[in-house]
Amino acid sequence: MNLNLLIIIPAITALGIVFSSGLKQVRFVAFAGAVIQLVLSFVLLFLFQQERNAGNNEQFIFQATYNWFPSININYHIGVDGISIAMILLTAFVVLAGVLVSWRQEKLSKEFFLLLTVLSAGAYGYFIALDLFTLFFFLEVAVIPKFLLIGIWGSGKKEYSAMKLALMLMGGSALVLVGMIGVYFSGTNSLDLITNAQSSIAEETQRIFFPFLFVGFGIFTALFPFHTWVPDGHSSAPTAASMFLAGISMKLGGYGCLRAAVYLMPEAAAYYQPVIIILSAIAIIYGAFATLMQTDLKYINAYSSVSHCGFVLLGIGMLNQTAINGAVLQMVSHGLMTALFFAAIGMVYDRTHTRMVKDIGGLLKVMPFIATVFILAGLCSLGLPGLSGFVAEMTVFMGSWQNPETLYRVATILACASIVVTAVYILRAAGKTMFGPIVNQEHLSFTDAAWNERLAAIVLLAAILIMGIAPFVVTDIIYPGTEVMMQKIIVHQ
Amino acid sequence: MPTSTLLNLVNILLAVNFIAGFFSNTVGDAFGSMFHSTQLIHLEKNILNLAVLVISLQSREWLSTHKHIHEFYVILLASLSGMFFMISAQNMFMFYLGLELSTIPLAALANFDLAKRKSGEAAMKFIISSAFSSGILLFGISLLYGALGTLSYEGIAATMSGQPLLILAFVMILAGFAFKMSAVPFHLWTADVYEGAPVAVTAYLSVVSKGAVIFVFFSVLYTAFEHIFISWYNFLFLISVLTMITGNLFALRQNNIKRFLAFSSIAQVGFILIGITGNSAEGAAATIFFILIYLFSNLGAFGVISLVSAKTGKENISDYKGFHKTNPLLAWILALSLFSLAGIPPTAGFFGKFFLLMSGAAQNNTALIVIAALNMIVSLYYYLKVVKAMFMDSNEMAIPKVNTGFQAGLAFAICMAGLLITGLFGGCYEYIFSIIHL
Repeated sequence: MNLNLLIIIPAITALGIVFSSGLKQVRFVAFAGAVIQLVLSFVLLFLFQQERNAGNNEQFIFQATYNWFPSININYHIGVDGISIAMILLTAFVVLAGVLVSWRQEKLSKEFFLLLTVLSAGAYGYFIALDLFTLFFFLEVAVIPKFLLIGIWGSGKKEYSAMKLALMLMGGSALVLVGMIGVYFSGTNSLDLITNAQSSIAEETQRIFFPFLFVGFGIFTALFPFHTWVPDGHSSAPTAASMFLAGISMKLGGYGCLRAAVYLMPEAAAYYQPVIIILSAIAIIYGAFATLMQTDLKYINAYSSVSHCGFVLLGIGMLNQTAINGAVLQMVSHGLMTALFFAAIGMVYDRTHTRMVKDIGGLLKVMPFIATVFILAGLCSLGLPGLSGFVAEMTVFMGSWQNPETLYRVATILACASIVVTAVYILRAAGKTMFGPIVNQEHLSFTDAAWNERLAAIVLLAAILIMGIAPFVVTDIIYPGTEVMMQKIIVHQ
Repeated sequence: MPTSTLLNLVNILLAVNFIAGFFSNTVGDAFGSMFHSTQLIHLEKNILNLAVLVISLQSREWLSTHKHIHEFYVILLASLSGMFFMISAQNMFMFYLGLELSTIPLAALANFDLAKRKSGEAAMKFIISSAFSSGILLFGISLLYGALGTLSYEGIAATMSGQPLLILAFVMILAGFAFKMSAVPFHLWTADVYEGAPVAVTAYLSVVSKGAVIFVFFSVLYTAFEHIFISWYNFLFLISVLTMITGNLFALRQNNIKRFLAFSSIAQVGFILIGITGNSAEGAAATIFFILIYLFSNLGAFGVISLVSAKTGKENISDYKGFHKTNPLLAWILALSLFSLAGIPPTAGFFGKFFLLMSGAAQNNTALIVIAALNMIVSLYYYLKVVKAMFMDSNEMAIPKVNTGFQAGLAFAICMAGLLITGLFGGCYEYIFSIIHL
């Protein structure tokens, strides 16, 4: 299969949006593009499994290379393994749901959907990239749409949040850029992932440039203490942008940490392992307790994202296969769950025009569908068995526990304990807003979810349930991918 | 001849001149090998031709009400021909001649808003500072001649060494160049001149004049002074870091959009110097490629500013609040140009900055690369501030709808196409790289 289709379709969608007029046409084009992309992602999955079953054991399948700048050996190189496929599927689900919840985006609808599409194109390109330059290119493509989406369509202190997010993510990119140049001049004179993975980089060079790459990507995934853009950015963004930010954009960072930083520089990863573990444990605990103090639904989900993304970095930092599997699962699970949560919060906000927990109550009686979605998203977040969050977090814990040293044991125990805190804030928020007495009599007149909102929620819920009940569907795709990467990481420890 | 016919004729001739630049590019020497031509030099001249064409198209609105169109073009083209001599020079003497031919007319151009006092002030500042810098340059050249007895680049390269007198001469020459490129600490004239001069002239100063000097600068460094690489590398490292930081810090606080672009262009020069420190074919290619991209991005931005300034006289960043509501297309053009200046993909500026960094990094100077990367964050802040004003702030006194004429529209089309194509399609960089023979 030609992987370029994954970028060409958003590009065509974007062009279609430019040349259509009026909300109806624009949203139809965006919706059609998102549906085609989801179908394409499933076709990709099917063809990928077929290749694997036919005995194709290459690490990356459907590879294609085009000489981009041959004089300095920079190529446009793409290909997929199981991890990329999982991330592509996640992106396709979230994009479709995001387009659906924005169905009534009256203000500047053309630019809104255009930016959403560009953002998704960046994510797709990023997940299929096998050359650091290609990867970096798509990583940065996705920065500016976020800035504009938050700044133009956001709420609250949107300009401040947009600027903070853009500058911090740009800071992350700048660090990645330095790390990339370090990789290029480490001896291979190439930015190709496979080439660099095959020739080991000298350990001293690794120690200099690993922090650049890891922290750079880490900023995208809320690495403590660079997480501060997350709460402001997520809570100021319009619903669809929050879903994209938390569901897709934060995963770019985790994916990069794994694919570029740890995979290319395993010795340095082992060297810096304690720092990574400590920082991610702090993010988990700090995120959980900070969430306890929040009174705004979006801030609750944003801070809990800091905590949940800490699991991703914890899993990666443990440097064993189970934990890394867990990290990838957590990326997928958190992406789906948080997108669903933001969608539900957005639906509530569209009706009540408030996101403060104290102003909302008893919505289950008024709008049972939205309330159910909200509660299910919350339960997934606190790791209820049968939903995707449980599978992912359990795998991370099992992997982390394999590391017998005291420091890592403590970190694992603390991370486990954070689940209790999660349960507190989720149950408290869900209980107050969905059950309980009706606070405001005006809320009685509200209507339940419209068809587009229902469809968005069902798409995401279906994915969460499938992953929770039959995790093997996802793990079968991911595990072979991590296994190959682990072979290099373990040998070099 | 009516004004509009004249302007059309001039633009058509400039277009013909630009297209003709691609044909019958002979390689060889003239005037006793003082004047030299290669494929690369032809390309550099074509880039400048394109910039002049775009500027001429963009300034139609301003020129059509001006009384002295004939003089404007005569002076403009005199300056351009001076740059051609300067680029083709193989001898310090010829270079100096071309440089003077290109800068003295510029002072007259800076004074072209005849009714505005600021314009006259800009011209005065420009002529004094450029005469001063030419004096320093000439002093350096004469010291060089006194010590080596030759002024041809080859002759200098053959006998150049690290003697104190020669280094002194080199430093003088470097200072002269730094003045013309407005690199720190010789940048002080830039902001005032850019602010006072008419927008078309500011665009010319910041793209064409600067580009031409940079073309000469790296070729002189790479040929005549190649033997004292270690000395000039350290100078350049220092100047580049200072220029980036100063340009960025001052750009943060500007409200006049022309002053803002003046400081941003100072910061861009600091970035270009990183590429030049690479001292390699990659460095040369990255520099030329970046100037080409800088042409598209800066002229895209100046085009919008020039239209708005000609129609409403507004030149402050705060005037641009709510610009997207009244002029969505122009707002997007300005935003894309600024993104390209900030180095954000998929615009070409991303590729340009990346190649400059790559060629600079080949000297294994991690500190320089880290400083440059940090500067990219600062620069993003002030570019985004303008974007924020246009897209996010509301304004009751927003700039009213500005009509883009055919010529200005064509200029925007050229800039935007260049912005998107030159980077994404690698052939452009590869072509430049392939014709560089050091």
